[in-house]
Amino acid sequence: MTIDILLQTLASGVLIGLIYALVAIGLTMIFGVMDIVNFAHGEFLMLGMYASFWMYALFALDPLFTLPLTVLALFAFGVLLYKTIIRRIIDAPMLSQIFTTFGLMFLLRGLAQFFWKPDFRSVENSVVTGTVKLFGLQLGRPQLVAGLGAVLVTAIIYFFLTRTKLGAALEATAADKEAARLMGIDSHKMFALAWGIAAACAGAAGALLSTFFPIFPEVGATFILLAFVVVNLGGFGSVTGAFIAGILIGVIEVMGGLLLGPQYKLAVVLALFLAVLMFRPQGLMGKA
Amino acid sequence: MKILMKSRAQQIGVVALLLALLAPLLLDSPSHLNLAILVLMAAQLGVAWNLLGGYAGQVSLGHAAFYGLGAYCSTLLLLNFGVNPWLGMLAGGALAAMASFAFGWSCFRLKGHYFAMATIAVAELLQIVFTNWEYAGSAVGVSIPFGQDSWAAMMFSGKKPFYCLALGLLLLTLAATWGIERSHLGYYFRAIKDEPDAARSLGINISRYKQIALSISAFFTAMGGSLYAQKELYIDPGSVLSTALSIKMALVSILGGVGTLLGPVVGAVVLTVIDELSRSLFGGTGRGTDTIIYAALIIAVAVFYPNGLVGWWRERRRVAAAKSKGAAQ
Repeated sequence: MTIDILLQTLASGVLIGLIYALVAIGLTMIFGVMDIVNFAHGEFLMLGMYASFWMYALFALDPLFTLPLTVLALFAFGVLLYKTIIRRIIDAPMLSQIFTTFGLMFLLRGLAQFFWKPDFRSVENSVVTGTVKLFGLQLGRPQLVAGLGAVLVTAIIYFFLTRTKLGAALEATAADKEAARLMGIDSHKMFALAWGIAAACAGAAGALLSTFFPIFPEVGATFILLAFVVVNLGGFGSVTGAFIAGILIGVIEVMGGLLLGPQYKLAVVLALFLAVLMFRPQGLMGKA
Repeated sequence: MKILMKSRAQQIGVVALLLALLAPLLLDSPSHLNLAILVLMAAQLGVAWNLLGGYAGQVSLGHAAFYGLGAYCSTLLLLNFGVNPWLGMLAGGALAAMASFAFGWSCFRLKGHYFAMATIAVAELLQIVFTNWEYAGSAVGVSIPFGQDSWAAMMFSGKKPFYCLALGLLLLTLAATWGIERSHLGYYFRAIKDEPDAARSLGINISRYKQIALSISAFFTAMGGSLYAQKELYIDPGSVLSTALSIKMALVSILGGVGTLLGPVVGAVVLTVIDELSRSLFGGTGRGTDTIIYAALIIAVAVFYPNGLVGWWRERRRVAAAKSKGAAQ
C-alpha cells in the first residue's frame, strides 16, 4: 500500500464524514432538546434526495441550485411532523416514542416506494462532475463540493445556535426545559424548531449527496445507523461533538474498507460504536 | 390446580381456549393454516421478547441476533454433522443463552435509548458476519434438503405438524413466563423496570437479574429461530437476522401490551393478520402499500394506545367498574 492510496482514502473519508456530521447534527439536536431518538431521520435525507432529483428531472434544475428550496421544504416538513404527530408523544413512555418514529420511518419509506417506485435513480449531469487534482490528490468534484457544502451548512447552524437569540433559546430548552419555560420560552415552539432544523440539515445532506449517490426509498437505512454512531460518539446533544465524530467515522469507515474489504466497512464502525458505548457511554466528547 | 383455576367459569374458559387453539387443525386450506402458524410463531417470539422488554423493561431491538443464532445453529449442525433438529433446537437455545452474556455485557451498562441502539448495533454486526461467512452460506444462505415426513427428523411436507409444533413452543414459552411472573424472579424483574434505585438499595443485584431475563428470553427466541428454519428449510441473513425482524418481535409485545402474559399473543394475532392481509391485497403491486398500512398501524398504536391493547382493555374495564360502583352508591 502506497502512501498515496492512504492519503487518497483519508481525504475521501473526511469528505463523506462531513456529510455524516450534517446528518447527525439534526439527530443530536432533537435528542438534546426533547430526549427523543428520531429513527426516521434517514428518511429526511431520502426526501431531500428525492426533492433534488425531481426538481432536476422535471425542471432541469441542478441539485446545488435548488438546495435552498430543498432545505426550506424539509424544514416545513419537519415542523409539520412535529405539530401533527410528535407533539402527541412528548410525555409518552419511551416505548411509544421509539415506535412512533420507527413507524414514521417505515411510513415514509413506504410512501416513497408508492409514489416514486423502488427503482434506483440518479442525477446524471450535474454541474459538478469529474475529478479535481488538489495537493496531488485526485478527488471527485461532486464529493468535494458536497463536503464543502456540508461544512457551510454546519457553520450556519453553529452560528445560529451560538450567536442568535432564537438559537440561545433552543440551547436553553435543551439544557433545562423547565427553567427555559419559566424564562418565557415556549417549549413547543422550540421543539417544532428543532424538528424543522433537523429535517432541513438532513435534507441539505440529501441534496448534496444526490449529485453522486444513488437515490432510492431505503437510502436512509445506512445513514441512520452511521448517524447513531456519530451521535453517540460525539455525545448526545452536542453539535460540535457530532461534527468531529462525523469526520472521524467517515475516516474510520473508509480505512476499515481499505484494510478489511468494503463489505466490512459498516462492521468496523459498529464494533467501534459498541466499544465506545461500553467504555464511555457519555461519548468520546460528552461530559462524564 | 386450585391456584390455576379459580372458578368453574375460568375452567370452562381454559377448556374453550384449548379447543379453539386446536380448531385450525380442521382447516383444509394451507394458506389459512399457514396464517395460523405465523400467528403462533409471532406470538411465541413476542412472549419471549416480553420477558426482557416487558417485565424487566429493557427494550431490545436486536433480538433477531438470537433468532438467527438459533436458526443457523440447528441448520448447520444438521447439515454438517447430521445432528437431529430437536437436539439442534436445544443447542441453538443454549448457544443463544451463552451469546446473550456477551450481548448483555456490552449493552446492559446502558439505559433506555442507548441500550436500544446498542442492541441494534449488535444484531447488525452479527448480520454482517453471517453475510460474509462462507461456512454459513454467506449472503446466499443455506437450504436443508427435504428428506421424508418424520417427527423424529422434524420434517414435514404438510402444515399441520408445524401448527402443533408452533403451538407447543408457544405454550412452553407462555408456561415459562407464567412461572417466572409468579416467582421471585418476576418480582425482581418488575422492580428493575419500575424502581431500579429502590431495587438496588434492597440488595437486588440488578445486572445479574437483567442477564437472567435476557438469557431466558434469548433461549426461547433461538428455539423459535430453529423452528422457522425447519419450517422453511431455507435461511439467509436477511430472513433471520434483520433489524426489521427484531422490531417485529418488540412490536407484537407493544401492540398487545408489554409486561402482560397474554399481551404478545393478542398483539401477534392483530399484527400478523393485518400484515398478511395487506400483503395479500396489495403486496403484489410492489408499491409498498402493505408497508404503509403496517407503518400507519404502528404509529396509531404508539400514539393512541401507549399501553397496548391489553392495557387499554384493562383501563376501560377499570373505568367501567368505577362507574358502576359510583352508580350503585
